[in-house]
Amino acid sequence: MEVNGLTKYFPVQTGFLDAMLSKRREYVHAVDGIGFSITKGETFGLVGESGSGKTTTGRILVRLIEPTSGEIRFDGELVTKMTPAESQAFRRRAQIIFQDPAAALNPRMTVGNAIKHALDIHRIGSDAERREEVMRMLKRVGLTPPENFYEKYPHQLSGGQRQRVVIGRAMILKPEFVVADEPVAMVDVSIRAQILDLMASLKQELGLTYVFITHDLATANYFCDRIAIMYLGKIAEIGMKGEVFKSPKHPYTVALMSAIPVPDPKHKPERLIPHGEIPSPITPPSGCRFHPRCPKAFDRCPKEDPKMTTISSSHEVACHLFN
Amino acid sequence: MPLLQIDSLTVDYPTRNGTVRAVNDVSIALEKGQTLGIVGESGCGKSTLGLAVIRLIPPPGVLTEGSIRIDGTDVVHLPENQVRELRGKVGFIFQDPMTSLNPVKRIGDHFIEFMRAHDKKISREEALERSGKILESLGILRERINDYPHQFSGGMRQRVMIGLGLALSPKLLIADEPTTSLDVIVEAQILELMNKLKKEYNLTLILITHNIGIVAEMSDLVAVMYAGRVVELGPTDRIFENPLHPYTKGLLESAPNIVHPERSMHPIPGSPPDLISPPTGCKFHPRCPHAFEPCPLSEPALATKERQLVACHLYD
Repeated sequence: MEVNGLTKYFPVQTGFLDAMLSKRREYVHAVDGIGFSITKGETFGLVGESGSGKTTTGRILVRLIEPTSGEIRFDGELVTKMTPAESQAFRRRAQIIFQDPAAALNPRMTVGNAIKHALDIHRIGSDAERREEVMRMLKRVGLTPPENFYEKYPHQLSGGQRQRVVIGRAMILKPEFVVADEPVAMVDVSIRAQILDLMASLKQELGLTYVFITHDLATANYFCDRIAIMYLGKIAEIGMKGEVFKSPKHPYTVALMSAIPVPDPKHKPERLIPHGEIPSPITPPSGCRFHPRCPKAFDRCPKEDPKMTTISSSHEVACHLFN
Repeated sequence: MPLLQIDSLTVDYPTRNGTVRAVNDVSIALEKGQTLGIVGESGCGKSTLGLAVIRLIPPPGVLTEGSIRIDGTDVVHLPENQVRELRGKVGFIFQDPMTSLNPVKRIGDHFIEFMRAHDKKISREEALERSGKILESLGILRERINDYPHQFSGGMRQRVMIGLGLALSPKLLIADEPTTSLDVIVEAQILELMNKLKKEYNLTLILITHNIGIVAEMSDLVAVMYAGRVVELGPTDRIFENPLHPYTKGLLESAPNIVHPERSMHPIPGSPPDLISPPTGCKFHPRCPHAFEPCPLSEPALATKERQLVACHLYD
């Protein structure tokens, strides 16, 4: 997958009067001109705080929302300009796993039917064959014996089990590309790793490519091959996880890493916590968006948007310090 | 005498499908100035335990057994008219700052109302003056006292919640997942602030969280809870260096660790038990890699082992 200049602005809801008085419309700059490429078979992490644009990016990638501008190519094809038929074919190949399994599942649909639904829509096999396929998938995601789970409703399952259903539903069409939006954020700590291990083994089996969206750097470090750190709709730093984590370059990445509480009482990190909070994406700061909070900001930072600078063949950073 | 003494506390929630024992025979003592971290997964009873201390167990929950003493005062049998006073002496910081503040009340009014509800002797002016000072110590400009909650960011709202918790100079502050809904950087800011305030106000703190990283950083003592019971209790460095209970070990190894990635993300098999029909014996035995004959038969008691307390048959 190849992404270029991807941008998404959401109009801010204004009142009727403001609209009548033709007050200038305001926009939330959710994603602002980002580009990256994802190689087949890799797990690409989009990491950032709330409001960084990671979820919006993920949703655009599977065409749940249309970008304001920019291009996405999937396997050479332009995703952003597809006919309805092409688009349906694309949806079989690209799936999404949502954060909150309780909200992602219809409470009145049995989990078996929830998974089967995708097969129904894409008219794959006979009803008996679909049922058979769902049984196999339930077993595959660890909901055994599947006969017991097929007729259950989401409320009868635990959070971890529900997330397994959501994963099964995303995998039933044998997709090639899966966006996982915070798949373990709502799951208890002790079973997070179970869910991630399940996702990793499904990846092996189906030859998947993942986009893994998370706010948790430690989880990204565990699960991803390559990561992009996002801040206010832009990519601050991108690279192989080993390089980004071992020698973070962008002051924002450095701050994020030092902020994580480490489960080791002897580890007393030197904290470089920026002041304040992420500014409003309606009126993002000029130049480098991190400059008002950056401990290393200098005169160039508020004036000029930093370009991506190459650190190594697999590590780039958008910061004037390295330019 | 410890500031807080909890003895064999048991809290039940009767439901249509049976009784849920949310807190099961928990005993904890906390000295003045100490910070206790209570860790566990959702449903382990850590929040109920915190709420029990200020007599706020949500109905239909009932405290069926045990005692809680704060500075010698019996909390469980405190007459209704003194409960408010108790809630002034014990500060409580709730989990979600977005829903815990009243959207149609100014920040200052939250302080005035809170202080005057728990201590009638404080005048409006005095309350306002004091809240201005508290806001300043939290890094919020005094003039913002006239703002409404929606004008504050998530981190600032959480600071306000902390300020409300501190408003009546409590002897004990209980913080229930104080940073769970915040981003990492803001979380680090809040933890730093709490550490500063701990020294400034000489606070005794109970920190309830599922994040063992926060516990490692903030607390002197750790209580690990599972299915309503404290399964291990001891000094933080001991618990992290030499965890005894298999669940504590599992919890430490399942947590993400950015400094030692190789020590992290090893899952505990299975899932937390259904408390309406919990497993027999030790509640952890169906998930425990070391379970043996006595585990499903009898519930292990919390017993001293080296410098910590542990409830596990391996150490009988």
